[in-house]
Amino acid sequence: MSDGPVISLADVTKVYHMLAEDVVALDHVSLDIAHGDFIAIMGPSGSGKSTLLNQIGCLDKPTSGDVLINGRSIRQMNDNELTDMRRDTIGYIFQTFNLIPLLTAYENVEYPIILRDKTRAEREKILGLLQTVGIDEALAHHTPSELSGGQQQRIAIARALVNNPDILLCDEPTGNLDSKTGTQIMEMLRTFNEQGKTIIMVTHDTRIAGYAQRTITIQDGRIR
Amino acid sequence: MAGDIFVSLAFRSVRLHLLRSLLAALGIVIGVVAITTLGIMGANLTLSITAQLSSSGNVIMISPYSGGGRGFGGGGGAEGTNLNITQSQLQEIERVVGANQVIPIYSSSDRITVGPNVGRASILGLKPDTVQDILVVTDGTFLKGGDGALVGPTLAADFSLKVGSRIKLGTDSNSTKSVRVVGILQSAGFGGGLSTDRAIVVTDTWYTANYGESGQYQSVNVIASDISQIGTIENNTAKALNRNAKLPAVRISDSGQFLNTISTTIGSLTSFVTMLGAISLVVAAVSIFNVMIMSVSERVKEIGILRSIGTRKSEIRKMFLYEAIIIGFIGAFIGAVLSIVSGYLTVIAIVGNTAYFFTPASMIYIPQGMVIGIATCVLSGVYPAWRAADLDPIEALRAE
Repeated sequence: MSDGPVISLADVTKVYHMLAEDVVALDHVSLDIAHGDFIAIMGPSGSGKSTLLNQIGCLDKPTSGDVLINGRSIRQMNDNELTDMRRDTIGYIFQTFNLIPLLTAYENVEYPIILRDKTRAEREKILGLLQTVGIDEALAHHTPSELSGGQQQRIAIARALVNNPDILLCDEPTGNLDSKTGTQIMEMLRTFNEQGKTIIMVTHDTRIAGYAQRTITIQDGRIR
Repeated sequence: MAGDIFVSLAFRSVRLHLLRSLLAALGIVIGVVAITTLGIMGANLTLSITAQLSSSGNVIMISPYSGGGRGFGGGGGAEGTNLNITQSQLQEIERVVGANQVIPIYSSSDRITVGPNVGRASILGLKPDTVQDILVVTDGTFLKGGDGALVGPTLAADFSLKVGSRIKLGTDSNSTKSVRVVGILQSAGFGGGLSTDRAIVVTDTWYTANYGESGQYQSVNVIASDISQIGTIENNTAKALNRNAKLPAVRISDSGQFLNTISTTIGSLTSFVTMLGAISLVVAAVSIFNVMIMSVSERVKEIGILRSIGTRKSEIRKMFLYEAIIIGFIGAFIGAVLSIVSGYLTVIAIVGNTAYFFTPASMIYIPQGMVIGIATCVLSGVYPAWRAADLDPIEALRAE
């Protein structure tokens, strides 16, 4: 199964229609990402790297061209299919952690399982996963606002991993963390990559990009 | 089902914004109390008035048709000009109504003299055995025959009549017509289709002996043993007696028609007042709509997160609808409890009789009010929920 590329962008163009003019965020981008790759996407603000990540993350559809995830075209999918793809195949890690404020750490991690299986998860599974990212049981019953940024990002990583996705998408995962915590998070991501997760990470920090096997620089919507 | 996560999220959102949610619920409380209380009041009013009137609801009154025909001179002979119900018409009535009781009534009015006092009273001539069926004597005895008479309570009070009093009848001061009071009647009010409060009731034999017109009744009452048969009896009677539709012989009416009019009037008054109560529900709906819209706009970022990690649109919609339903349930439940109290007090104040308060016809307004309250909440939650679900996840994630 790991023969073909896990992600394949074929001539992807994304145009935003603004009032004054059309903005071309992605300009005929083609890219193959193999299973187990760790890729950093770099580029200045407005270069189109977030747009690229959103295409891969099934949050948005290209204007032309196609994105294939595990061989499935996202242009053919309806909203529910895209949503299920995000739930089952993709784990999203954000710069601002984006935990659900109403839920405890434990419930945040459990949430994607409930979405997928429509039933509560096994307690051991959730606590075990939290253990893996360095969150003990005492912290698990706190809400995000009671936790530090590093702790929140660890929980967010546990949440991204809980449905065992093929792909981890990281949007500036260390952007809101001090460098020591950032390093810990990057070490953790490297471990998951070594365990077989495909990781695509947007960053503008060259030190962070150094964790990746391959760096893609994007400028004005084109891969350089 | 492992406790729907969306119900849980909705509950947490309500709890997080408790004051705001409770204010919205308060709107529903007021709305539910208003429509429920007014509904209960209307029902109790209708029930108690209906009960007061329906004692006479089974009486059908048949009187000669006087419209147009009267005083037509040479036109006599046609059915429509008859001033009385004839013996043959009575037999026809008895034939068509079957087992239901038929009461032929002689009636007229005459001058009466009691000692020095002079006045007028109506004289009713009835068969002594029917008198026992339809009238109640509070003092004295029923008619036995001869010149014995029963008098209505108003007449008795006006002329200080007691059992044993003698009443002279007739305009001629030398008249020998007179009756002796043997009993005083209970006040009939509206009952029985017979106005006896200001009347002198005598036997039919005494009446015909003194006023003539034997076999020429002024009216005939039919007492239906089953109130649902009234329509059939009336139709059959009309068919038998009013063969000529243009010149009907008799006029048929019943107190039920009057009852219907009153019930309809109370009903429309109640609906009108309930509509006023419904205005408070509209206000509540606006307030809930506002709370839900605020809840959506405060949680745009959260909606973006939920969507980006794989929550379907329908699930987002559910979450917000649950929130509205929770607010609705809280409001409707408190409203229902308060409605029982305020309904009871209103019924005491306006109807003055709580005998019908706990009947189904009155209590039904409580679940009905609750359902309307909850439905109002759900309806005002639909648009915000739809809007929340339809947010673009990328835009929503960017919000802060």
